[in-house]
Amino acid sequence: MQQFNKTPEFKTDKPILVMKQLCKSYQLGTVQLQVLRNIDVTINSGEYVAIMGPSGSGKSTLLNMIGCLDHPTSGQYWLSGRNVFELNDDDLSLIRGAHIGFVFQSFNLIQQLNVVENIEVPMYYQGLSEHESAQRARKLAVMVGLGDRITHRPSELSGGEQQRVAIARALANEPLIILADEPTGNLDSESGSEILKILVDLHKQGKTLIVVTHDEGIATDAQRTIRLFDGRIKQNGER
Amino acid sequence: MFTFRLKRTVKLGIKSLWMHRLRSTLTTSGIIFGVSSVIAMLAIGEGASQHAQEQIARLGSCNIIIKTVEPPEEEQAGGRERVMHEYGLTYADAERFHNSIPNVEVVVPNRLLAQRAWYRNRKVAAEVIGTVPWFPDVSTVRLIQGRFLSSIDMHYKQSVCVLDENVVSELFAFDDALYQDIKIATDYYRVVGIVTQQAIVSDLQTFDNQAPAAPGQGGANVGNIYIPLTTIKDRFGEISIEFSGSSGAKIEKVELHEIIVKVGSIEEVLPTRDILETLLDRFHKQSDYQVVVPLELLRQAERTKMIFSIVLGSIAAISLLVGGIGIMNIMLATVSERTREIGIRRALGAKKRDIIVQFLSETLILTLAGGILGIILGSSIPYFVTYFGHMPTVITTSSLILAFGISAIVGITFGLYPAYRAANMDPIESLRHE
Ligand SMILES: Nc1ncnc2c1ncn2[C@@H]1O[C@H](COP(=O)(O)OP(=O)(O)O)[C@@H](O)[C@H]1O
Ligand SMILES: [Mg+2]
Repeated sequence: MQQFNKTPEFKTDKPILVMKQLCKSYQLGTVQLQVLRNIDVTINSGEYVAIMGPSGSGKSTLLNMIGCLDHPTSGQYWLSGRNVFELNDDDLSLIRGAHIGFVFQSFNLIQQLNVVENIEVPMYYQGLSEHESAQRARKLAVMVGLGDRITHRPSELSGGEQQRVAIARALANEPLIILADEPTGNLDSESGSEILKILVDLHKQGKTLIVVTHDEGIATDAQRTIRLFDGRIKQNGER
Repeated sequence: MFTFRLKRTVKLGIKSLWMHRLRSTLTTSGIIFGVSSVIAMLAIGEGASQHAQEQIARLGSCNIIIKTVEPPEEEQAGGRERVMHEYGLTYADAERFHNSIPNVEVVVPNRLLAQRAWYRNRKVAAEVIGTVPWFPDVSTVRLIQGRFLSSIDMHYKQSVCVLDENVVSELFAFDDALYQDIKIATDYYRVVGIVTQQAIVSDLQTFDNQAPAAPGQGGANVGNIYIPLTTIKDRFGEISIEFSGSSGAKIEKVELHEIIVKVGSIEEVLPTRDILETLLDRFHKQSDYQVVVPLELLRQAERTKMIFSIVLGSIAAISLLVGGIGIMNIMLATVSERTREIGIRRALGAKKRDIIVQFLSETLILTLAGGILGIILGSSIPYFVTYFGHMPTVITTSSLILAFGISAIVGITFGLYPAYRAANMDPIESLRHE
């Protein structure tokens, strides 16, 4: 496998991902359901982008597409200069693990693992040594303010704390892009804003941050907002 | 690196299995019982066959045994009642075997009589064997005290006897048996020697109906008493009278009850058997003899053992199969229960292979744990079978390896499909799964 460019590019004018005429549809019986229609998106390295739109407009689908989890029906997608269409399942797994950090609305922690172990999961799949991954996971737990909770199970943590673990896990392999799908959707406003603060801090440190949200406040914070409506981009720019 | 991965995978597997302790235990029990039944069945089969083989080997693999049998009624010459019925092997037969077949090294003619023996007020039912001094050459008896019968005993028809251990222990509680006189029928015999033979085999027939008892071994008798062949002829004669109900007495004359022939090597056994049979056929008008070849019995026992093992083994294998299906069932349930976890792992960089390894290793941990517990349980069952059921059992290392190997194969076979299903789930679908 070709060496993926891992050094974050700080110049915001360099596109880290380019989507052209991307479409996604589902065949439901005889009806074809168009979820994404002719999406043209370019996102630069280090950018902070908000994706907004009504429920069912295709925001999550677009985010998953960006994160190489979902496969487009047609169109083109370059991620960091590589044509994603040409990659096989193993390559896509590797990209997800190494360069993308997912933060989900429902946290998606593995219940039988404790805080550090959850953070270690992506490192394990990248083949980090036991010692290295344990050390790094601990550091990340401290960073998100859970240094004293490292042996706790997800069920013993509050929603806000679980989402912090998820963020720490997303940072495990120092990804280029952080993708957050309604990260504050399941949280009260206070812990929601704490989570958002952590994410924005990461952006300030140079990460490319893409957040799906219903919160206009977040959109105001972001450098750019992409608004989806019925699978189409209705607005793409600064507010 | 690899060991770290293995360690992590095993640790994770155990952790996941531990979350569902009861389920894991129940699932494993299928394998435990499967493996233990494989081991127990093979141990019982092996025990039975080794036992039988020992018995047969005791008959001597270079021996050919010719036994007197009562010919079928219609072949009997003359009328039925009050006529002396003469049949069986003769001294002439023994003579002919010795003189006309060069391969024959030893010929031992025997007369057998079931009799009671007394010492003071103690009594024992024994097989009295009238034999020759070279009897030990064709037998596995071993002298432990005194001497065996001699040619002088033969010549002078001496009243001497050699006892086997079992008879000694029945007759002589406190006294030293050697040089004591015991009473058989109406006469006294002096004990000149004591021999030993490994445990008496009375259940050989249960394994193979064709197999005869070892030389001079009667069914219900406690043990053997050896006296000179000349003496037995002199004291007991060759005629026996048996009163059978209203039909009157049955009078029989039999010279020898068996002749044991020993050849130089195993290769000569079967050719010599053929010559013996031709010879016997020529001089016996009625079929009043039976030729038994221990070597053939041995081979037959080996075949029987193989069939026995295959049958028992397949029964056990079926139970393992059922255990395997149980495991597959549970693993499929586990996979669908953990769909979301699989989605998460895929999103975090797990390859399909990683997912396969994860679930396959869980199955393997279950089956191998089941295999180990099954080996422990399976090794203890034969012990109880031997202890309470008085059946010989032999646990072979190869049966342990086989059982463990089968459980590993079951694990891989039945774990592969659930693992494959898990790996091929669409990450998006999995993540959406509640
Ligand atoms: N596997 C699927 N089969 C059919 N329709 C789907 C599937 N996945 C998503 N959809 C549809 O795609 C649309 C967009 O979904 P999603 O991207 O989750 O919307 P949002 O995140 O904006 O709420 C929805 O109408 C949803 O029903
Ligand atoms: Mg959504």
